[in-house]
Amino acid sequence: MEATHDHAHDDHGHHPTGLARYFFTTNHKDIGSMYLWFSLIMFFVGGFMALVIRAELFQPGIQIVNPDVFNQLTTIHALVMIFGAVMPAFVGFANWQIPLMVGASDMAFARMNNWSFWLMPPAATLLVGSFLVPGGAAGSGWTLYPPLSIQGGISVDMTILAVHIMGASSIMGSINIVTTILNMRAPGMTLMRMPMFVWTWLITAYLLIAVMPVLAGAVTMLLTDRHFGTHFFNAAGGGDPTMFMHIFWFFGHPEVYIMILPAFGIISHIIPTFARKPLFGYASMVYATSSIALLSFIVWGHHMFTVGMPAAGNLFFMYATMLIAVPTGVKVFNWIATMWKGSMTFETPMLFAVAFVSLFTIGGFSGLVLAITPVDITLHNTYYVVAHFHYVLFSGAIFSIMGGAYYWLPKWTGHMYDEKLGKIHFWLTAISFNITFFPQHFLGLAGMPRRIPDYAPQFTEFNQISSVGAFLLGFSQLLFLYVIIKCIRGGVKAEAKSWEGAEGLEWTVPSPAPYHTFETPPAFH
Amino acid sequence: MMKTLRQIAGAAVTTLPMLAAANYDVNIPTPHSPISDQIYGLHMEILWVCLAIFVVVFGVMFYSVFAHRKSKGAVAAHFHENTTIEIIWTLIPFLILGFMAWPATKTVLAMKDASNPDMTIKVTAYQWKWQYDYLNDGVKFYSTLSTPREQIGSTEEHGKPTNEHYLLETDNNVVVPVGKKIRLLITANDVIHGWYVPQLGVNQYGIPGFIKDSWFQANEPGVFRGQCSQICGKEHGYMPIVVEAKSAEDYAAWVKEQKTKQAAAEGQNKVSLADPASR
Repeated sequence: MEATHDHAHDDHGHHPTGLARYFFTTNHKDIGSMYLWFSLIMFFVGGFMALVIRAELFQPGIQIVNPDVFNQLTTIHALVMIFGAVMPAFVGFANWQIPLMVGASDMAFARMNNWSFWLMPPAATLLVGSFLVPGGAAGSGWTLYPPLSIQGGISVDMTILAVHIMGASSIMGSINIVTTILNMRAPGMTLMRMPMFVWTWLITAYLLIAVMPVLAGAVTMLLTDRHFGTHFFNAAGGGDPTMFMHIFWFFGHPEVYIMILPAFGIISHIIPTFARKPLFGYASMVYATSSIALLSFIVWGHHMFTVGMPAAGNLFFMYATMLIAVPTGVKVFNWIATMWKGSMTFETPMLFAVAFVSLFTIGGFSGLVLAITPVDITLHNTYYVVAHFHYVLFSGAIFSIMGGAYYWLPKWTGHMYDEKLGKIHFWLTAISFNITFFPQHFLGLAGMPRRIPDYAPQFTEFNQISSVGAFLLGFSQLLFLYVIIKCIRGGVKAEAKSWEGAEGLEWTVPSPAPYHTFETPPAFH
Repeated sequence: MMKTLRQIAGAAVTTLPMLAAANYDVNIPTPHSPISDQIYGLHMEILWVCLAIFVVVFGVMFYSVFAHRKSKGAVAAHFHENTTIEIIWTLIPFLILGFMAWPATKTVLAMKDASNPDMTIKVTAYQWKWQYDYLNDGVKFYSTLSTPREQIGSTEEHGKPTNEHYLLETDNNVVVPVGKKIRLLITANDVIHGWYVPQLGVNQYGIPGFIKDSWFQANEPGVFRGQCSQICGKEHGYMPIVVEAKSAEDYAAWVKEQKTKQAAAEGQNKVSLADPASR
């Protein structure tokens, strides 16, 4: 059975090369690679901004950037990392891996897939380019609360446009993913026999389709309040700034689950591989992921505990938020049960996966602390929140992306990456990450607010430790770039099944995976 | 039980080495109001819960990392399901959360109950200062950061902070009587700001066009500092709050002094219609 097909023999009639190949490609592997490169570039752009922020915060007083530029940096750092680094990276993984994992020849809508990607570079240009317009970039925080965002200059409109473009890209990509998963699985692959990464992306895609339009609505109302005489968020006209917060966070909370569910999927592949043992509790993992996704729609008010909601509102959101800890805990226990009585080796992907389980759990603890409404009153908008979300997004989402990259690089490139350098990258990253962000818990507990360029002297020591850690963390990522490029250029030849314990259809095709795979669906037992 | 735990935690914190200016405080600052007392206690409770879970979960995981290695000769088992244990580790966290939710609920209800206050202060947030209007005593003033601009600096002339209360000092403090329930009516003039004084257990947004209430009570006399907690533009980090709790007599004296100052200021501002030159 002809399961794979070399590019040189295909009958498309023309073989675009160079830039044209990538501009017009409808191939899921090409598009996956483009998303991954795009996200890596954006990770460095956002990371550079983070280093400027941490440099300014090294000591009290203003030294490097003035307060308004500082606000612009924190705003764009977040937008770039969320919409430019984390989300596109997961879409890159989805593109490469979903067709391979379900035994499909490509995504359902291959041409729309191309459009989904190519919307991203213009959006990123708008976002990063907004530093250069009069007034500088948006400085309201990535959450764009009015009335402050109504006050901003043209950069706010550029940001709104960028958000619309990226939203359209995500919605189209999600439609593609849902259709592919529901319609193009190999015969015999029922839903409850799908790989976990496919499950997590199926659920994530539904979340995206549900909430990206809500964000679009919110920012469009900002746009019309700014330029077309509406007053959705202006009390003088009968509107309410709080309404923006409700609408934004109705998007915003599922958004953070959009950024972590694919991570859960990746970890659910890496741990069984390196423990040489099947994932513990597959069905529970599916149900837990679904529960998390459903619950994510009813907790948004925990971002608004200080708004002055009535007690009943605060209590409802507190209970619902605490509840989400239960299915999340189930997943952590299941990963550990997968490791238990396995036969483990600790190559770089497994190092990132174990670090993910540990550090994401710590992020979960600080989330639980914040869920308790009265405690949130003393911690809201302090560095405790900053610590919390960096633990879940950096040592959570980004560690899973790095681990997944090491895990699947042999499949993508045909070479094993340099294991020694990979391990060094891991340890540098994991240690400096904790130096950077653990002290921020203490800063928040002590009462240091976030989004400030300057602080009272009692906050100095932990800020200095954090800044030193940040520079170590930032420069360590250059090693990641080096390892990737070195792997692409050469290395020990990778087998089809590149890891001893690896399971799944992607490991049945050669490494590197041929340009066209599964042109006829494989037999799946 | 909670008080003992708090004393242990407090002792642990204060035995950390305290260099002359270095600060390595790792916990919430000493609470000085009934609500911030409860907040401190709730935080310690949830911290102990997290520590217990941490020890169990990480203990099992690190044991596994060491004992179940291929290099140690471990052979992989094949189990991948166990409904009983899954039910147990779903139910136990659920029960732990229920145990936490009960005291937290009581504090939420207490926090939200601003009824029967002894006095009310209307707080209006501006870009970038606060205005306080004592509705019972007729005192009204703006409160602005009093740290000199040269200390803060800029990119051209780097800042050189030199005083202890750098960025946490104001020209007019919010003076209140000790032991009285103070209701706050919080609003804003322009964008959303946040009135945040951790030691008094208050953190609430001022939303332009809306007035929402909160309350605190200072347990003992003292000075309690806070900052704006919602990004509000370029000087967001430069609009602090300083609350001074005084005894009843000292507070009454302060009110009298404020009213005298206000009357004098109003007198100076009065323009005589009879004298065109003074317009």
